[in-house]
Amino acid sequence: MRKFLFQGLHRPPLTEAAPLSDDPMIAELAGTLNRASRRKLGHSLSIREVDAGSCNGCELEIHALGNAFYDLERFGLRFVASPRHADVLMVTGPVTKNMREALERTYAATPHPKWVVAIGDCAFDGGVFAGSYACVGAVSEVIPVDLHIRGCPPDPVALLRGLIALVEAR
Amino acid sequence: MRGGRGIEQSRHWPRHVVDQTSWRRAIREISKGQGDVLSLWSDGADVHMAVLDHESSDIGIVTIECPDGRFPSVGHMHPPAIRLERAIRDIYGFQAHGLCDTRNWLDHGRWGVRHPGLKPEPSDAAGDSYAFLAAEGAPLHQIPVGPVHAGVIEPGHFRFSANGEVVVRLEERLGYVHKGIQQLMVDAPLDRATRLASRVSGDSTVAYALAFANAVENALEIEVPERAIYLRALMAELERIANHIGDIGAICNDASFSLMHTHCAILRERVLRASHVCFGHRLMMDRVVIGGVADDLTAEGESALRALLSEANRLIPPFIDLYGDTTSIQDRTVGAGHLGSELANQYGCGGVIGRASGRSFDARRLPGYAPYPDLSFKVGSAHAGDVDARIWVRFDEIKASLALIEQILDKMPEGSLRIESLPASSETFEGAALVESFRGDIFVWVRIGAAGIVHRCHLRDPSWFQWPLLEAAIEGNIVADFPLCNKSFNCSYSGHDL
Repeated sequence: MRKFLFQGLHRPPLTEAAPLSDDPMIAELAGTLNRASRRKLGHSLSIREVDAGSCNGCELEIHALGNAFYDLERFGLRFVASPRHADVLMVTGPVTKNMREALERTYAATPHPKWVVAIGDCAFDGGVFAGSYACVGAVSEVIPVDLHIRGCPPDPVALLRGLIALVEAR
Repeated sequence: MRGGRGIEQSRHWPRHVVDQTSWRRAIREISKGQGDVLSLWSDGADVHMAVLDHESSDIGIVTIECPDGRFPSVGHMHPPAIRLERAIRDIYGFQAHGLCDTRNWLDHGRWGVRHPGLKPEPSDAAGDSYAFLAAEGAPLHQIPVGPVHAGVIEPGHFRFSANGEVVVRLEERLGYVHKGIQQLMVDAPLDRATRLASRVSGDSTVAYALAFANAVENALEIEVPERAIYLRALMAELERIANHIGDIGAICNDASFSLMHTHCAILRERVLRASHVCFGHRLMMDRVVIGGVADDLTAEGESALRALLSEANRLIPPFIDLYGDTTSIQDRTVGAGHLGSELANQYGCGGVIGRASGRSFDARRLPGYAPYPDLSFKVGSAHAGDVDARIWVRFDEIKASLALIEQILDKMPEGSLRIESLPASSETFEGAALVESFRGDIFVWVRIGAAGIVHRCHLRDPSWFQWPLLEAAIEGNIVADFPLCNKSFNCSYSGHDL
């Protein structure tokens, strides 16, 4: 173990420069965020992830945000275990009917001010699962959504770009 | 498997329609351990069971007609089939006669419809109550967990009955991510069906696409070009390595050994980036298509892979030392979450979980599929059946997959990437396939009608035969070790709930 720790002292960090946020994303957010909440929270956000029926592809890429290359926490963004500690709900999946109530209750348990980021094509409009008897479809049909990050799944750079837009727009 | 009426449209593995007597005899033989149930499913008319015979190593499908909506229960004598039978009833309304557990499984009373697969009846969507199994006694208390968990993971409900810190009983309730994929497949054209199959469980997208494509190709007797076969295997092994390395890190992380987690996450990211360079998608989604593959491996891709191989071969030995020499992590993993070989064999438990408990099954070996018979590789194995053993088997399989990729690159044949066009047919055919994902064997059965329209498709995730064993493995462990045990299984919620 000592070897690994020493190596860590000598090597430069793997973490890469932050991607620029997309302007359309900031435009989408500008309408939903107000300055008062920005002052209250500063430049840090706690995120609660909710899988509302995804195939787990989005979860893999969300996990990757924490690795040394992307290092999400340097932007003041971190994942928390409870919606009661969260500012942002990050929702994936075509909202299965079996998960609808759990999603609504998670949203209700998140204190104001709060934002919802819908991740992936399924969360946008149901994706390939749209039209199923078992799926509601878009996350926005269940709870209000402030930002969509499309992709199947969106890669970590796309995720970072969207989340940085969220921090900057606030 | 013996007797009954043979179905000619079933290609690759034979399918026989049998009467109740033969069906019951098959159940008896399976319950005595003479065969494994590979899956049990319905197409809305009959109930089918795929069986692997231990003596002959043959795979066959037996079918029982159920005109009155009933069939003799398999789960009654062979518990691994219980949840499959509950799922059949939820979707099609067919009752497994003699099944002891009559609770709904996938149907939580939220769909607004009952039996969506056959004669759907509208119902309210207020949700059903669910009676968890009792664990009685003065000191016992219950801990409900989920469906929304504390980490970035999929949803499911766990109900623990604990005596102080010790788990007396764990009961799972799954189905939260049921998306109705098998019904979406009905009457879908092949390209849409392939996209759906690729999204049954995102971490196994290559394996699912491969299993679905193999089943279709078996049904339509499509000859896949050699180069495509090798490229498919290349993707499958990259997927296996990425998942195994991620899992080793995540298991260690659940015991707060974050150093291992950090280094594994870096290597995993390198695998995904190399995959992106080679195939244009980090998870290689939609790269396996019917009759071949979507992308070719360029010279740039090959050099990215060679660089990845040398990096991984350099890193894995120190990772192994780091895990093996750190007694504080071993203190958590050795002996935790023990699964005995008897249960692993009874459930036909595939993947790392089965192989860490002495069940050496690997679909790449048996029934085997191209190109694996032409490549040499060792299947991971251990007998301890604990979290530690499941980590060591993962290390073994990473080494095996790295060696496989090297062989695949060296032997990569020239030629076309996919067939020119699908064979035109005015008939209906059936095919099936068994493919080894990183998690274990995926079984796919498909019936295709004229013009390449999918009539019915069934996809069975390895997790069906692993989730129930987690309930057994956790018994007697402390509640705080559940995340560790659960991660060492790493069953798929989405693949199971479908």
